[in-house]
Amino acid sequence: MKVTAQPSADTLTLILDGELDASSAIVLDTELAKPDILEYRKVLVDCAKLSYISSAGLGVFISHLQRFQDAHVKLVFFNMQEKVFNVFEILGLDALMTIVPSATEAEAA
Amino acid sequence: MKSALRIACSRSHLQQVRDFVRTYLSHRQLPEVAVNQIVLAIDEVVANFIIHANGEDETQFLDLKLDFKEKELNVEIADHGNTIYLPGPHQTPNLRDYIQQGRKGGMGMTLVNRLMDKVEFFTRGNHTVCHLSKHLA
Repeated sequence: MKVTAQPSADTLTLILDGELDASSAIVLDTELAKPDILEYRKVLVDCAKLSYISSAGLGVFISHLQRFQDAHVKLVFFNMQEKVFNVFEILGLDALMTIVPSATEAEAA
Repeated sequence: MKSALRIACSRSHLQQVRDFVRTYLSHRQLPEVAVNQIVLAIDEVVANFIIHANGEDETQFLDLKLDFKEKELNVEIADHGNTIYLPGPHQTPNLRDYIQQGRKGGMGMTLVNRLMDKVEFFTRGNHTVCHLSKHLA
């Protein structure tokens, strides 16, 4: 699992590459736990190369969501593969998180 | 076709488990989403055995067996550790509460129960075994 952070003005884009499981979730958790992430207005998560997510990966996002909301930082997922989106859907997380099809829509969200 | 796998109880072996299941299912002409759902259910149970039942003790091991006959997939995951691990009755998590509480865990078995047709944990001697099954059209 590789996480690449691309800052741009008031937006931070995190590019996820690989499989997010109980072994690799710590990499993402470390990135989301950084205090300066709350200085951005938006955190966009590019999921194009995220090929797998387990409950441990979902748990990392869930555990930071309230902190983001309290700091008025919007978390937006985009470019999600169907099989990964399906995992969010099964738990009903697609209704609780902002997931859009493309980068353009993520920037406009 | 390899249908059995033994791994030591380390979360670093989860990738190996997923690759094993994907390879086993790769000749069955199943949709990618269906394959991913099975991979996920097995990954969740294996991760629970590794982390919660065995405390990531790499001297302990798990055996996985897959069997696909007449569109029915049967999975056996046998824990050879000495702790009996039988998850309690399944309760649907309130995800809004999880978000407010900043919880990381507690969703794995919900996924397993929603993804598979049958989920059973039972003891065999001093060990715990999980059996999963799913009908694949």
